[in-house]
Amino acid sequence: MTRQSIVVVSAGLGQPSSTRLLAERLAAASSDALLEQGQETEVRFVDLRDHAHALADTLLTGFATGDLREALDALYAADGVIAVTPVFQASFSGLFKTFFDVVEDGALKGMPVLLAATAGTARHSLVLEHALRPMFAYLKASSVPTAVFAASEDWGGTTADQGLAGRIEVAAEELAAMVAGTAARAVTDPFADPVPFERLLSGG
Amino acid sequence: MQFGIFTVGDVTTDPTTGTTPTEHERIKNTIAIARKVEEVGLDVFATGEHHNPPFVPSSPTTTLAFIAAQTERIILSTSTTLITTNDPVKIAEDYATLQHLTDGRMDLMMGRGNTGPVYPWFGKDIRDGISLAVENYALLRRLWTEDVVTWEGKHRTPLQSFTATPRPLDGIPPFVWHGSIRSPEIAEQAAYYGDGFFHNNIFWPMSHTRQMVQLYRRRFEHYGHGQADQAIVGLGGQVFMRKNSQDAVREFRPYFDNAPVYGHGPSLEDFSRETPLTVGSPQQVIDRYAAMADHVGDYQRQLFLMDHAGLPLETVLEQLEILGGEVVPELRRIAAARRPSHVPDAPTHAARLATSGARDATVHAVDAVTGSMAEEGR
Repeated sequence: MTRQSIVVVSAGLGQPSSTRLLAERLAAASSDALLEQGQETEVRFVDLRDHAHALADTLLTGFATGDLREALDALYAADGVIAVTPVFQASFSGLFKTFFDVVEDGALKGMPVLLAATAGTARHSLVLEHALRPMFAYLKASSVPTAVFAASEDWGGTTADQGLAGRIEVAAEELAAMVAGTAARAVTDPFADPVPFERLLSGG
Repeated sequence: MQFGIFTVGDVTTDPTTGTTPTEHERIKNTIAIARKVEEVGLDVFATGEHHNPPFVPSSPTTTLAFIAAQTERIILSTSTTLITTNDPVKIAEDYATLQHLTDGRMDLMMGRGNTGPVYPWFGKDIRDGISLAVENYALLRRLWTEDVVTWEGKHRTPLQSFTATPRPLDGIPPFVWHGSIRSPEIAEQAAYYGDGFFHNNIFWPMSHTRQMVQLYRRRFEHYGHGQADQAIVGLGGQVFMRKNSQDAVREFRPYFDNAPVYGHGPSLEDFSRETPLTVGSPQQVIDRYAAMADHVGDYQRQLFLMDHAGLPLETVLEQLEILGGEVVPELRRIAAARRPSHVPDAPTHAARLATSGARDATVHAVDAVTGSMAEEGR
């Protein structure tokens, strides 16, 4: 049985946080879906609240250290990502964007990503399509077709297919299929394997 | 091992007094700092090159020649010379002139600059950064090693039968370092030519510096210039010292907290842990910098940033006295004791001259009327 690693990025600020709650539901559903495909999952949660100061420092210094460095390395090495943000002022939260601002160029290329967001009202739900999906497209990640939005009312909603539970299940199955179907991503290390200088000289 | 300082040349308000030097004061202070470098027994003074406020050093060879005229021993260098946006022909001429004026007491470090708009200001495209560094330097080397150059490339107008004057002193081109923080292509370039490689080191974690230096060393050996541990490596550093470490921290903290690069970000303590910044007693500085070779191998040049973030001139001069008086003699002793005999010193003009022998490289013009060259009529 192969073992897949899923990194769950959660930008919720409250404690308890409905963003973190949704992240946990998505992680559990994705693990279940992968298990059905015969694959075990190792889930790592990255709660951005814990890294708020380190993220601001990284913007200024240009390098991440300590726990944030470890979180980023885990992200780069993941087989799939679940990214969940609260909606602030009609978009993803600044903390959520800052985390992806410090991700190295190309590090998420081809990465399966499940997009999710929370807000007080369902009127914000297209933030997933208008803000998150384009950003992950820019990062050349592979976003799953179904993005999951949870408004406050959803937490008391039906468990029927059309409700939050149904959306979580659909999105998790899509992520699992993509993770299981994606070959291990090729990582090139420019320090281990530099472009030979003759090629640089000849303009290649 | 060579020890010295490198200056960015920033005009920054002293956060403890609110006073800001004028450009004139900053330029004159830079000269006083360079003279102090010689006075306290350090080896190298290097200046940055910038073309925008708040920086004053836009014309490095002017400043370096002025310093050379007032010193006798120190090596004048750059940190860095913009190989991307300067015309390589002008670099060849300016630095060969400096080489003659200083009797070879100079070298230079190539870099790509830290300000995006410099590229368009000089008619270049930042997306060509690496390509400019590669092509311009290849041309610069030819201009110094070949008397007559016919050349065509992508980034500059072609040259037909061009001779850069003056020719390098004694026929030996200035020694070149390549500085880069995170571009493996530049470590590769330094290795390919067997030139020196300098990592800024300050503001970055050692893991980062080590990765670049190791790449350079490995490729230096690959290209046949010697063993990896014989490659020519330089590092930056940043320190502030007082007899008692708590006094150093108390005095430096306002400068740190408001510094242009990292100010208002990480704490002094965090930044000191993660980067080579060392604020404390001279012994703490000795311990930290003596251990640098454990990370990157025995290396040839250590430059310190001492005069940024609005520190007043008197403080900088005091710091240089501590550096030259207490710290560097001890670092020299430790470096000499640990360095194996097959690891070379940083190349100097005198040492290279002793190896290759002197030769007058002057290229004399052909007289348009007689068709003879000047020396033929002697």
